[in-house]
Formats: sequence, C-alpha cells, structure tokens
Amino acid sequence: MPTISKDTTILGYRRENGRVGIRNHVIILPLDDLSNAAAEAVAHNIKGTMAIPHPYGRLQFGADLDLHFRTLIGTGCNPNVAAVVVIGIEDSWTNKVVDGIAATGKPVVGFGIEGHGDHDTIKRASQAAREYVQWASEKQREPCPLSELWVSTKCGESDTTSGCGANPTVGNAFDKLYGLGNTLVFGETSEITGGENIVAARCANDQVRERFMFMFNRYQDMINRHKTSDLSDSQPTKGNIAGGLTTIEEKALGNIQKIGKQCRVDGVLDKAEVPTHSGLWFMDSSSAAAEMVTLCAASGYVAHFFPTGQGNVIGNPILPVIKLCANPRTVRLMREHIDVDVSGLLQREINLDQAGDKALECLLRTANGRLTAAEALGHREFVLTRLYESA
Amino acid sequence: MIHFVLHDSKDSVAVVVAEGVKAGMTLNGWIMDEDRMTSVKAAQDIPIGHKIALKDMAVGDTVWKYAVDIGKVVAPIHTGEHAHVHNIKTKRW
Repeated sequence: MPTISKDTTILGYRRENGRVGIRNHVIILPLDDLSNAAAEAVAHNIKGTMAIPHPYGRLQFGADLDLHFRTLIGTGCNPNVAAVVVIGIEDSWTNKVVDGIAATGKPVVGFGIEGHGDHDTIKRASQAAREYVQWASEKQREPCPLSELWVSTKCGESDTTSGCGANPTVGNAFDKLYGLGNTLVFGETSEITGGENIVAARCANDQVRERFMFMFNRYQDMINRHKTSDLSDSQPTKGNIAGGLTTIEEKALGNIQKIGKQCRVDGVLDKAEVPTHSGLWFMDSSSAAAEMVTLCAASGYVAHFFPTGQGNVIGNPILPVIKLCANPRTVRLMREHIDVDVSGLLQREINLDQAGDKALECLLRTANGRLTAAEALGHREFVLTRLYESA
Repeated sequence: MIHFVLHDSKDSVAVVVAEGVKAGMTLNGWIMDEDRMTSVKAAQDIPIGHKIALKDMAVGDTVWKYAVDIGKVVAPIHTGEHAHVHNIKTKRW
C-alpha cells in the first residue's frame, strides 16, 4: 500500500478563499520595528495569539519596499493564519497591509500608533485580538484532499549526508506529491551554483527555463558585484565545511536532490510571489534558512520539509518546519530537533522509497495537528529579506 | 557495516558515513546509484561526513561526485586520503 494516494485526506482548516491551512494562528503583525512593543504587549495580553516581531519597515523604497509589503501581506494571507491584527506607526502603510490580507476574506484589522500612543493602541488592538482568538478557537478541522497541501522545502546546516540521505528523501516525497498534483516549491538561488544546468534541464518548457536562468544569473551578478573572496567563508558555510562539504558545486548537487527524479520545474517565482497553479516552483531566494522559509510562508506554503546534516534548529512562526536527518551523529546529539530520522538509508537498512514514505507519514501527522520539533521548542524565526539599504 | 557511500562509479571521492574511521582500516563502500559494494583502504583518520579519495589525483584535476564536476585539486591527493578544503577548491566565483 502506498503511503499516499489520490484519496488521501488530511484534517485541515478550510479558509474563506478556499485554501487549506493546517494551523489556526491569530497573529499580531507589526508593520515596522517601532510597532513591535505594542504587538508583543497585545500577544501577551490575549492568550493564544502570537506576535511576529521584525526589525524593518521604515524608509524602504522601490523593489525592496514592494518585497516588504509582499512578505507581510503574504504572511497574513497564509491559510495557517485564521485572523490578523496589524499594528503600524502610522495608518497609511498599515492599511495597505490590512487591505492586502482582507482580499482573502479573513478577519483583519489595523491600528496606527501615531496620535494614540502605545497604551490606547494596545487596548484597542487587544479587544480585536480577543474577539478574533475566541472566534478562531471554534474553527473545526475538516477532511481535505492531501493534494491541496502546499509544501515547501529548503535544507540547512547541510553536510555530505544531506546530499546522500535527507535531501533525496525529500526528493522521493516530492516526486510522490507531484504525482498527486500538489503545489511545491524549492529555491536557494546561490546554492544551485554548479547544478544550474541540471535544474534548467528539468524545466517544463523554454519559457520557464529562460526565467530560471534569468533569476540564477541575476543572483550570480549580485554575488560577483559584492564578493571580496571566492565566498569560501560564506557559501559553503563554516558549518557545512565542518560537516565535510568542500565546494559550492558539491553543496549545490546535494541541494538539488530535494527535487527528486520525476518532478518538472513548472514555474518560477520572485521572492514571496504566490504560485498561480499546481506543480513544482522555483523561487528566487536567499539560501539563509530563516529568510527562505519566511518567503515560503509568505508565498502561501503551509508545510515545510527541512533536511539537515549538521543540525539546523530553525522554525517559523506560522509554517510548521519538519526536520529530516541522515547523519547518525547529529540524530544522536540533537535528537530533540529531528522529526524524521533517515540515517538507516546510509546503512542500507531502508531504501529511498521507504525513507520518502517516512517523510510523508510525518507530513500527514503534522498536517493533522502534531507539533513539529521546531514548534514544540518555540522556534519562530521570522526574517525578512532585504534587497538594499533604506533611504 | 557501510563505511562510505558514493553516488556513481565515476566519482573520485566518497562520503564517510560511519564514525571512527582510522588510518589502515579497510572500508566497505556502497555505490548508491548502481547498488553494489566496493572497498578502499583508509590512509588517514577521516571524520564522519568527510570525503575519502578513491584514486590518486594531481593538482588541476577535476574532482567528480554525483558523476559531476565539484571543483579542482589544489594539492596532490593519494587514494585513501582525506579530501577536503585543504586539497580541493571551487571553480566558481
């Protein structure tokens, strides 16, 4: 019996716009750094809500500002979120985020601090948050087709076992989900370096291939513009090198094991863009774990496969991050962080098909409500990608 | 016990997947894509996750893994030795 089929269902939350979520968060979303204190005060007052503080949102402009809005609006729109309270220093940009989220039909309201101060803002926002969390607490999970689950992947603190074990495991799971028509994504643009021709060959058509190569070359140009060395202090990271990875090419070839053997690359997204159809997408993105996973959540993905070798501990406020590891030493030393142990793969105790099924079984349990290790440990890394300096 | 794995028989380096690999040990290797076994003698202690050379390589040679070019040799490497940043470098950037 295959672990998943066309008839497989998960217990999810069907949102107003039809999308399926697997968590039921009420979030307090600051527009900018100045509003973190009020947002955190509201989340402290109203139990069951969660503030998502971050350091940006002032004097950004152009493409960088567009990305800021796209990321915040996307986070609010994510189907793992039931309702949103937005707090900003002033009304205009605050309302822009509110309006973007309101398009999904979910409850959202914004508060500007100027002219009111923190006390009054916290009071009014707490009243709204209390109403939302009580409303959300009555939402029921219902059976939804597994194919409606949007699943993202990114690896981190990789070592050589990632490319031999944990990443091919995700690739096997992705091949099976792809066959059901799931919406999937991978990215990490600089970490394709050395394997770009392999990804290009997997693109569904010339149009997708051209767009992928445009994104790849754009990132290479950025690196070439700013680099002061061959990046051997950054990519591979010191952790990668300690784990045995030697060159970016080796790391990249391990990285792209995550897209399996059968998936085609059906489309290309800019950072935090929302996919318009099912299939596997490539998203232009940083290879830094929290930045990439934050972008996946903003694009609407609701579950995440995160293979690790040396033991990355990342989580996300709204996107459950499932950790997979094939390094027996890491599994032993960092057990509390690992959801799926596939170290047996490298001793031929299980085969790749069985490892992929283990990943899918954990995905189903996570979708049905089981907390991931990162959720249980309180990992809520929310890191906005910046393109350049503020004005 | 599998001590090291490689993806393709073309690969000139393989990944040590067991702890405690010491110089002088004869190691069992698994060629994953072909699902068959091979072996090599370790010339140095090699930590888990690090690579072992499967052939002698000279400066300038291309290093193969996944049957793909992963960089160039920058210091001579002998069969069974530790292959890493001290003797291999990227060709990019």
